[in-house]
Amino acid sequence: MRLKLNVNGRDMTADDVWEGESLLYVLRERLGLPGSKNACEQGECGSCTVYLDRVPVCACLVAAGQAQDREVGTVEGLADEEELAPVQRAFIDEGAVQCGFCTPGLLVAADDLVNRVPDPSDAEIREALAGNLCRCTGYEKIMAAVRTAAERNAGTGISESTGGDRE
Amino acid sequence: MSNTHAPAHRPQDLDDAIAGGVGESPLRPDGTLKVRGDFAYSSDLWAENMLWGATLRSPHPSARIRSIDIGPALRAPGVHTVLTAADVPGRNLYGLKDIDQPVLAEDVVRYRGEAVALVAADHPETARRALDLVEVDYEVLEPVVDAELAARDESVPKVHPGGNTVRYQPIVKGDPDATADVVVSGTYTVGMQDQAFLGPESGLAIPAEDGGVDLYLATQDLHSDRKQTAAALDLDPELVRMTMSGVGGAFGGREDLSMQVHVCMLALRTGRPVKIVYDREESFFGHVHRHPARMYYEHGATEDGDLVYVRAQLYFDGGAYASKTPVVVGNGTTLGVGPYDVANVSIQGWGMYTNNPPCGAMRGLGAVQPAFAYESQMDRLAAKLGMDPVELRVRNAISRGDTTPTGQVLDYPAPVAELLRRVRDLPLPEAQHPDTTPDIRDLPGGASNTTHGEGVVRGVGYGVCIKNICYAEGADDFSTARVRLQVVAGEPLAMVHTAAAEVGQGVVTVQQQITRSELGVERVNIHPNDTSVGPAGSSSASRQTYVTGGAVQAACRAVRERLLALTAERYGEPPSELSLAGGKVVSASSGVLADIAEVLGSEVVEETREYHHRETFPLDEQGHSERAQVQHAFSAHRAVVDVDTELGLIKVVQLDCSQDVGKAVNPESVVGQIQGGSAQGLGLAVMEEIQVGEGKIRNPSFTDYLIPTILDMPPMNVDVIERGDPNAPYGVRGVGEPPTISSTPAIVAAIRAATGKELTHVPVGPEHVIG
Repeated sequence: MRLKLNVNGRDMTADDVWEGESLLYVLRERLGLPGSKNACEQGECGSCTVYLDRVPVCACLVAAGQAQDREVGTVEGLADEEELAPVQRAFIDEGAVQCGFCTPGLLVAADDLVNRVPDPSDAEIREALAGNLCRCTGYEKIMAAVRTAAERNAGTGISESTGGDRE
Repeated sequence: MSNTHAPAHRPQDLDDAIAGGVGESPLRPDGTLKVRGDFAYSSDLWAENMLWGATLRSPHPSARIRSIDIGPALRAPGVHTVLTAADVPGRNLYGLKDIDQPVLAEDVVRYRGEAVALVAADHPETARRALDLVEVDYEVLEPVVDAELAARDESVPKVHPGGNTVRYQPIVKGDPDATADVVVSGTYTVGMQDQAFLGPESGLAIPAEDGGVDLYLATQDLHSDRKQTAAALDLDPELVRMTMSGVGGAFGGREDLSMQVHVCMLALRTGRPVKIVYDREESFFGHVHRHPARMYYEHGATEDGDLVYVRAQLYFDGGAYASKTPVVVGNGTTLGVGPYDVANVSIQGWGMYTNNPPCGAMRGLGAVQPAFAYESQMDRLAAKLGMDPVELRVRNAISRGDTTPTGQVLDYPAPVAELLRRVRDLPLPEAQHPDTTPDIRDLPGGASNTTHGEGVVRGVGYGVCIKNICYAEGADDFSTARVRLQVVAGEPLAMVHTAAAEVGQGVVTVQQQITRSELGVERVNIHPNDTSVGPAGSSSASRQTYVTGGAVQAACRAVRERLLALTAERYGEPPSELSLAGGKVVSASSGVLADIAEVLGSEVVEETREYHHRETFPLDEQGHSERAQVQHAFSAHRAVVDVDTELGLIKVVQLDCSQDVGKAVNPESVVGQIQGGSAQGLGLAVMEEIQVGEGKIRNPSFTDYLIPTILDMPPMNVDVIERGDPNAPYGVRGVGEPPTISSTPAIVAAIRAATGKELTHVPVGPEHVIG
């Protein structure tokens, strides 16, 4: 089938998509956007978290056809060209990245949180990121990164969603 | 490189400009690529005209293969080739220590999940479906599933022709039959843990015009992979070129081969690039796990709490192939009394073949299992003596100058008592005021709203451990570094080239820091890891900062020597008077002489050096050796745990760690290692176990094999001390493994303190703590 969707603000088309393919497969293998990761393919690890019409979802659980005519935002779309998004900057600064395989999904989930909730409590951060597994960090530095991103967001007054409609 | 076409998305040079030398905490050079989603993991690679590979695996833990019919699979549209054992060009065996594992099964399969056939097709789903069309006729056999029985009972069928014992090692010190006034004994078991790295096994093989192959992959040791792969492909190792791609975690699970030979075979046969990417379920079958163990311990002590003897028998289930089982037995027995000074020791360790899933390297290799047992024993002994558990440990703690059970004198700091006191003195969680309502999210069960505090009891527990660092028992352990210094765009630029696998731990950052410190330059690029430079050994045994750090230091010093000689020629100052700092050559007597760029001019200074650590020696039949291991590391944990005894729910409230790291080359990364390692120890304590029944894994998914989430991992106080090892570069001591080892017994001790239950198995489940 032919799939048309908007990814990171750009209209895109994928041809010869087999009906059994997931949105994750199409992003990674057909649209040249391998940033979203495949680590479990059953919605347990969150490594493939993307925005679908501005709501974070596991792209591995979305059939490609379900994304027809919809807006998708991936980790590749978080930064505004050269300028990293606050969560991206904070993950680097706080040492929240080790192997980095969980990072793209965590960034989308964290970006959603800090844009929805201006000053999240630790309990709120944990709840928001409970669907994203990380095997390297023990999560402490991820907590620190999200706190830092939220503080910086508060400093700049950015609070609207920066998901699928970036650029 | 001679491949016909390099992958479109390929491993990058790390050239972010980041300042910071040894002892500072500069940011990772791969950080920006990783947060942008631009870092090229092995599963992200893509090449024009690429096919997808898939692996048929045995559904039986033990069976004879009567026949294989690939015809129907080969005829399926989109399928390009189907390969079996008959197609392995060279040696159809590989292995890290014992070369005992077939690339593809021939006449027998020895575990459920063993690779039997390969398919390459134009779509991953086509390849997977073709696997169902390969017809294998099996004669199913009764599997060997009990390692202890295999060790004791000669009548158990032999999994391999040479018998079922991979390694037996006794350790005897002092009087093996010593007696004592106070005796405690126990039997302890450890379940099979999975590394659960997030990036499943993957690689892209591209056939080359010279008959060789270029493999882009995620691994822990490029040269070990190349040696084994070349032998199986019957190719000169020079024709098997490997390049490290982004690695999504490792933790020991990428030491053994997985898809390496398979994907190269498919590429060489089809003449096209082939990619293999495991899914999560296949990953559970495609790599080794942590050895399950059954351990019998007896501790004897005086009434005052001085250990008199430790006797133990340790049975490690190695599964179907040897992998790192010999090392697990070596580590488990030599470290089997823990970080304690014990005069009389008798330990026997067995590593056995069975038809269970193969077990091998995982963080804390062989030291994790006995630590759970000996620390449980120390708590049991403290209880019997009426002593404080920390005081008992401090009283018996090993220290510098003491002799280990193998007869090795510790000639470097061993601050075990200090670590125990320090972790005990870290702040405890603030007590909840009795009148306030607790936030249910902080309680066992969390947002499930299963309790408001009723039925919840709290306990505090301690654990301390010892782990050997680097390879041991006579292995020649070394790494290689090539450092090139030249002027680029008017500035001195250093390029560091090693094969040290960056698996997330930050060895790329450490290499940059060492180079900046040694050469006094700011710009340091990291060349992608590949096999065009000498071996680095594996990113395992907490060894890369030690050995590759040592190699980079040595190569930098050789470059510096040449640079100073150039300066001496030109300025007439003796090299002994000169140093490098801030991009300049500085004379002790006359100050800044010149910019490094000026001295270099158009000269390219390149040096390659190996670093070998102090020699180690094998154990003899009594388990003695002057120096079996080159270095030991220590960490201590304290856990605070709440348990809902009505529902059997456990919540680790706080987990604190004190660790000696010798020298923190990158303090923030050290803390990150301790936090991450502690989380894996928490997983083993209360969550993680591969359920194996009749040789089959029952829970090969993240739905059924649970690893800690951000809700499971509590806040940590991390206390790092630096008691430098005079024998190691910069005084470093391996960091990555110890926190995985001591966290588990600390958490279980806290659950015991809360519930009064004995708890002799990890992971502790609801059924162990109810009532």
